[in-house]
Amino acid sequence: MATTNSPTSLELLPVGIQAPDFTLHSTPDQKLTLSDFRGRPVVLVFYPADWSPVCGDQVALYNEMHGEFAESNAQLLGISVDGAWCHLAFAKDRHLHFPLLADFEPKGEVSRKYGAYHDAQGESARALFVIDASGVIRWNYLSPDGVNPGADGILKALDALTSEQRGTATAGSGS
Amino acid sequence: MTAGESTGALTPPVSDRDHVQGSSNAKITLVEYGDYECPHCARADPIVKHLQHELGTTMRFVFRNFPLSEAHPHALHAAIAAETVGVHGEDEFWRMHDVLYRNQDALEDEDLVGYAESLGVPGAEVIDAFAGGKLAERVRADFRSGIRSGVNGTPTFFVNGERYDGNWTDTHAFPAALRAAFNSEH
Repeated sequence: MATTNSPTSLELLPVGIQAPDFTLHSTPDQKLTLSDFRGRPVVLVFYPADWSPVCGDQVALYNEMHGEFAESNAQLLGISVDGAWCHLAFAKDRHLHFPLLADFEPKGEVSRKYGAYHDAQGESARALFVIDASGVIRWNYLSPDGVNPGADGILKALDALTSEQRGTATAGSGS
Repeated sequence: MTAGESTGALTPPVSDRDHVQGSSNAKITLVEYGDYECPHCARADPIVKHLQHELGTTMRFVFRNFPLSEAHPHALHAAIAAETVGVHGEDEFWRMHDVLYRNQDALEDEDLVGYAESLGVPGAEVIDAFAGGKLAERVRADFRSGIRSGVNGTPTFFVNGERYDGNWTDTHAFPAALRAAFNSEH
């Protein structure tokens, strides 16, 4: 997965592969590991920076959506290169209900693994991933940096996972 | 599932459950998802009114609620208050809508009750609606439809069902986009 300095040439990790595991600080004294969420879908939201205008709108939107994410039993995780103390201040200011992970040391390592890092800016790209309960990437989306991608794509991807589960459950009970 | 799709198409389409100003025969339908405590929405309101004046009967305007209640602590109750007043008539709804946008610095519950009463709606109805029920659910349904439609902040506009990603403060581009929608209907 090559990442270059040009935002347009980023290549996100593709749909269908196992999402690389990682452990990052969610607060100055706590860490979260992706695989700890196995058994439920995870929405990974890479974004350039706390406090920047578009990012602020984007996290504000997702923050209003606990009901929608809860319906799919999905866990939302934000990731940027900001440090844990910065995330803490940002989360407090915006009353955020979901964790922000610090891809801070080594800087941008996780974002790079996902093909979601802009070397030139030294920031994560504005990229979304939906990972299923078994840890497989099922949907991805790379948004232009100045554009808030909204949430309709995420919800459609989660809907598809939910209806797939129902289908499996029905098939199982019928056999 | 294919990657990277984000439709930005209005879901569900405009129907008789919506608050509509203008004729159902209008060739242009402008939908706003708005938040009564959002300063950008208050700025957009006179722009919308200007467009309505300019485009006359060719355009109808629809308002749906998109309260960002974590960011704007009064937005949800303001939306519920407007819907409560709206039960008494569409004219009353739009008058309340205007009152709210003109009084963004006074949106405490007692202010909202006062505005409703000044429009002839008993304050007790507003207070009851704050506690939950079908008007609060309606606001929530608007919010959910916005999420599904690709609303990514407030205000978000849809022109004939498509999200308008241009700059709504642009006094040339925004009317031009609406006129283009009109022309494509012909």
